[in-house]
Amino acid sequence: MSADANEALSRRGFLAISAATLGGVMLAPGIRLIEIAGARAPEQAASKRVRWGLLIDTNKCAPGCDDCVKACATENGIRSTGHPRTDPQWIRKVELKDPRSGRAHSAPVMCQHCEHPPCVDVCPTGASFKRADGIVLVDRHTCIGCRYCIMACPYKARSIVFQDVTDQNPDVPRGKGCAEGCTLCVHRVDRDQQPACVEACAKAGHNAMIFGDLNDPQSEIARRVAKYASTQIRADLKLNPGVRYQGL
Amino acid sequence: MPPHGLLRFFACLLLALPALAFAAERTPKPFIVIDKPGQCVEAAEIMRREHPDMLKHQRDRTMREGIRTRKYSLKECVECHAGAKTASVIGEKGFCQSCHDYASVRLDCFGCHASKPKLASGAKP
Repeated sequence: MSADANEALSRRGFLAISAATLGGVMLAPGIRLIEIAGARAPEQAASKRVRWGLLIDTNKCAPGCDDCVKACATENGIRSTGHPRTDPQWIRKVELKDPRSGRAHSAPVMCQHCEHPPCVDVCPTGASFKRADGIVLVDRHTCIGCRYCIMACPYKARSIVFQDVTDQNPDVPRGKGCAEGCTLCVHRVDRDQQPACVEACAKAGHNAMIFGDLNDPQSEIARRVAKYASTQIRADLKLNPGVRYQGL
Repeated sequence: MPPHGLLRFFACLLLALPALAFAAERTPKPFIVIDKPGQCVEAAEIMRREHPDMLKHQRDRTMREGIRTRKYSLKECVECHAGAKTASVIGEKGFCQSCHDYASVRLDCFGCHASKPKLASGAKP
């Protein structure tokens, strides 16, 4: 037991030292890296203590506004190939209207980053997987393009790439014949940045999207989820998505 | 050896030279130009033999675990080895492709990965 504690301490110390040397940041004693969401050294693996999530306030999401969709396309190098029906789609705007009350609102829908993702269940090669911090991804190195995940996803969040892709963002490799979907901008999250859609929404002054660690009670997203009513789409499927909606 | 014999020998050598030179040209060599001189992450002999394993190991750690150390990452390879003119590691004289063509090994990294460094991508050389 004590040996375990010592080991944990020394590991903690090592991590603090390596982070300090790398980032030039001195961490105060007692502050563990794991508690600072996102402040993760490059050599440190994603932690299962973190659960990345999005909270989307549909009351603030302006109908017709597609700033998040545009930002996603720019960041991830998604360009129209001239075949809109088969173009990959990582995020889309959905306009909703209650026919009885006439209340209309809209919201972006992307990969919901489920805790129990059906796309991972059905993948025959293990290419579709969930990272320790809850981000659901496709490993294109093992994806064979069978499209089972596209069928399995209840949110229609996965696409397949039909055309050759050129001029990719070096951080976002994409190519023909692989399934793909929202990565929650994992390359940005690993650098302690917000996903492109969230950043664009805030920049445009809508502030309809919040990104953060649902497991960290101090984070903005966790405090809002604890305070206000929010829903998950198709909560009846019990997939526990990391993306939540307010005002649906 | 009589003097005219020696002369004949040199004459034969002279005649044979273009043929020898032609023989040397018939063997294609990879076009390796390193525009950014300096030390690679490992010695050249190790890099030549082991770079596929290094990249494969790194890709799994980065993709699955989110470990983004830069030393063996493909992005860093491209960053350093992209040609000054084309700003790319592929193409006929690209650092990666010229050698892979020579060794007749299919290079499929760049079906998905960017073959140009971030700053150069989009910008015209």
